[in-house]
Amino acid sequence: MEVPILKQGEFLIATFQAALSDQDLENLRRGLVQQVVKFRSRGVIVDVTAMDVMDSFASRTLREIAHMIRLRGAETVIVGIQPEVAFAMVQLGLTLEGVAAALDLEEGLAYLIEKFKNID
Amino acid sequence: MAKREVLTSEEPVNSDAKTRGGRAADPPVSSEEPSELLRELVAHLRQNRNQLREEWVGRIAETRLLTAMSKEEIFAEATSVYDSYVEALETETFEALQNYARNLSERIIPRGVETHEVVGIVLLLRDVLARSLFAKYQTDFRKLNRILDAYEPAANRIANTVAVGFVQERERVIRQQQEAIRELSTPVLQVRERLLILPIIGLIDPQRARQLTEQLLRGIRTTRAKVVVIDITGVAAMDVTVANHLVQTVEASRLLGATVIVTGLSPEIAQTLVTIGVDLGKMNTVGDLQGGIEQAERLLGYKVMAIAETR
Repeated sequence: MEVPILKQGEFLIATFQAALSDQDLENLRRGLVQQVVKFRSRGVIVDVTAMDVMDSFASRTLREIAHMIRLRGAETVIVGIQPEVAFAMVQLGLTLEGVAAALDLEEGLAYLIEKFKNID
Repeated sequence: MAKREVLTSEEPVNSDAKTRGGRAADPPVSSEEPSELLRELVAHLRQNRNQLREEWVGRIAETRLLTAMSKEEIFAEATSVYDSYVEALETETFEALQNYARNLSERIIPRGVETHEVVGIVLLLRDVLARSLFAKYQTDFRKLNRILDAYEPAANRIANTVAVGFVQERERVIRQQQEAIRELSTPVLQVRERLLILPIIGLIDPQRARQLTEQLLRGIRTTRAKVVVIDITGVAAMDVTVANHLVQTVEASRLLGATVIVTGLSPEIAQTLVTIGVDLGKMNTVGDLQGGIEQAERLLGYKVMAIAETR
């Protein structure tokens, strides 16, 4: 299953559908970084609203994605983590450390805009 | 002499009659089926309803049970219990009785009626009815035995059913109250746009901590909070499990885009946190609630000034 990646100005928005396989996550990791390079994006929003579980593989992949994107000089924000999922994640020790998180798409965009306002 | 002969000649019959459904081997004298005996028993109880009920209510007063209820109430409930009792004996089904017991319990528990009182009155009724059977069949000892064979298991089951029904209802009430107390004791309060305060008072056990986290996360999502101040001034002590829970709450809130400020840490709790190796760089802490709110406002871009100063 492919993850749709949309362009919104300087930012990219990747929207997870529910139940992504490990292969999907792998593909996303490669695809997303390629898109950042192609469009010279400054920020990426990964919307996981549709995910009702987050396992350690998905969590690690998200961190790796954020890391790789930062190496390209861009910032990543994860948005839409559901309360139940957040609770389950921290109990498993999956805290997505080092990766920014926001409540939803609106907040995610506000975060990125704020971040780059300060830099410019 | 004559009496003795009669007894001796009846003995072998007696031992046969004791086995269940031992009708085939019986001589005509004791040929009733258990169900016939039950019918006879129920008829007796119905016929003597008023008298037996009065006797029972009298015994209840004597033993000083149900002191929380008035005489009229006791009489009314006694009537219902008596009728349900006899019906249960007759139909040999106990659901109706169990429902009645729960229903009754729902009514009398708030009045302060205790378990031992309910069990007590049911056992008294059992005794009153048994005594009336002794009186009725005193001339026919063998028949009395057979009647009791039919009566006792049913009566015991009834006592059991009522007691269990009562206890179940009590447990349900307790659970309900515990839930209510938990909800009340961890209010999530919105004091500004995007600012929540969670004042915690009293003991936190792991279950309350869990409920707290769930309530907070839901609150963050509903109110779109960006900052949460968790005040633990009112928490005397925290064990390692709960301290970990607090850390998890902070981390989970971050995943929803909210920053948590913890205020009011006592020296003891500060010690616990250091002991479990909490990375205090990850946890935002401020001395007291006032300081916490001020910092929250700064984070949100508010500045609060006294009106006089702006002139």
